[in-house]
Amino acid sequence: MKTITQQKPLEEILESIARDTSVFIVGCGTCATLCRTGGVEEVAVMAEKLRDAGKIVTGTAVPPTGCDEVTGEMGRALRDPLAGADVVLVMSCAFGVQTAASQLKKPVAPALDTLFMGKEGPAGRYSEICMQCGQCVLSATGGICPVTVCHKGLLNGPCGGTNEGMCEVGSGRECAWTLIYGRLQAQGRLDAMRKYQAPKSYNATLRPGMIDLTHSREEAAKQ
Amino acid sequence: MSRFKEALDSDKFVVTCEIGPPKGVNLDKMRHHVELVKDHVDGINVTDNQSSVLRYPSLGGALIVKEMGGEPILQMTCRDRNRIALQADLFFAYSRGVTNVLCLTGDAVVVGDHKDAKGVFDLDSVQLLDTIHTISEGTDLAGNPLDGTPRFCKGAIVTPEARPLEPQLIKFEKKIEAGAEFIQTQAIYDLDNFRNFMDYARQFNVKILAGIVLLTSAGMAKFMNARVPGIFVPQSLIEELEGAPKGKALETGIRIAARMIRSIKEEKIADGVHVMAIGKEEVVPRILDLAGINSG
Repeated sequence: MKTITQQKPLEEILESIARDTSVFIVGCGTCATLCRTGGVEEVAVMAEKLRDAGKIVTGTAVPPTGCDEVTGEMGRALRDPLAGADVVLVMSCAFGVQTAASQLKKPVAPALDTLFMGKEGPAGRYSEICMQCGQCVLSATGGICPVTVCHKGLLNGPCGGTNEGMCEVGSGRECAWTLIYGRLQAQGRLDAMRKYQAPKSYNATLRPGMIDLTHSREEAAKQ
Repeated sequence: MSRFKEALDSDKFVVTCEIGPPKGVNLDKMRHHVELVKDHVDGINVTDNQSSVLRYPSLGGALIVKEMGGEPILQMTCRDRNRIALQADLFFAYSRGVTNVLCLTGDAVVVGDHKDAKGVFDLDSVQLLDTIHTISEGTDLAGNPLDGTPRFCKGAIVTPEARPLEPQLIKFEKKIEAGAEFIQTQAIYDLDNFRNFMDYARQFNVKILAGIVLLTSAGMAKFMNARVPGIFVPQSLIEELEGAPKGKALETGIRIAARMIRSIKEEKIADGVHVMAIGKEEVVPRILDLAGINSG
């Protein structure tokens, strides 16, 4: 599972850094590199575009991961080009942007929009696989998540908008419940689909998500 | 017990139709439609921001039907309200004598005219039916006791022409288990297919009203075949509409609808019909008259 990102329109990026003259660009060696939105190549292209737009690019960096303390180490190693920049343009997911904001102590601007947690299918096609709802129902749905894959997150079967296995919202999205039906039928487990599913608890993961696992770790260590 | 529920519980052939509230606050046309149909049907569905297009609310429309002496069937989708708002609206509906509810998932927001809005879907249609059952037992969904218990006649929909059909039927059965007392179907046009569906559906203790959507032109029929999930208009009907004299396609559509209703009634294929004359509500009395249906 990785964080799927998409580059913002250049106009929007330039608007967000309109007051800034000099820019340091940070990419990400993991998810954004795999998505081809924030790897070495994309960072170089962005640097060129910013220069064309009249900005001074003081430096660029693509840390192995944009979302951990490596960003801070990178910041110390690249102290001078960073110090000369008015803003850090971050070509990673929102996690990387927030990490840069807290560790580099500079104003930041995201160059990417974070879309979803997903998997890569054939030829650069990505699809969402988990919404982190905190109440996994996959045992009842053949390992296909209706909360994520069904546009409406329906728990008790398909709506009337499904057609020949496709979802009414279009763009090639498949009907989750047709997929679930097919898999459960093949497994001889359609009884799982016949069972009433009560409304989800949106209190299962109170947003913003936060959990203290130290107690359970101590318990595990004792055993 | 509501007049509609009494009709459902009787042996009579039940007839419902639907009206769509306006985009805005000019209620004249809606009132006119209610006036035209209210004495010809057992219930009038009021659509809930149909196709995810913003309208005057279904609850407001249902109150107007009630005030005008008609029998409203409140359509409630799960698209725009969470479980708190749905339950509150059910309390309000009951307090004002609106006691028939059709539970729907609701279309996706993106098919409508406010594409950037947030779709809610806190509940689904089966859970909404179960919610109505729960509050009818005197507690809310959180288990808290209610001061005054509302009671409803609740229904749901099914799409007999859905492809694939089997997943829909599982949900249909869950709706009945969750307490659906009546089912209004998506539009059906092929009576042989519908008979097959009814052969299956007859095993359940639920009243089924066949969905009749008025065809206004061959183009509309072709459009629905191409674009509307779960609707199948046979080629013979399309040809019948194409063969209509210029300017008479609507008349042909009226006759097709009337003929289907007559067959469903005379052959006892279903317990009734739900007539949807989208945008042409004024012809409903004529359809029913041609079908040999007397006033509700």
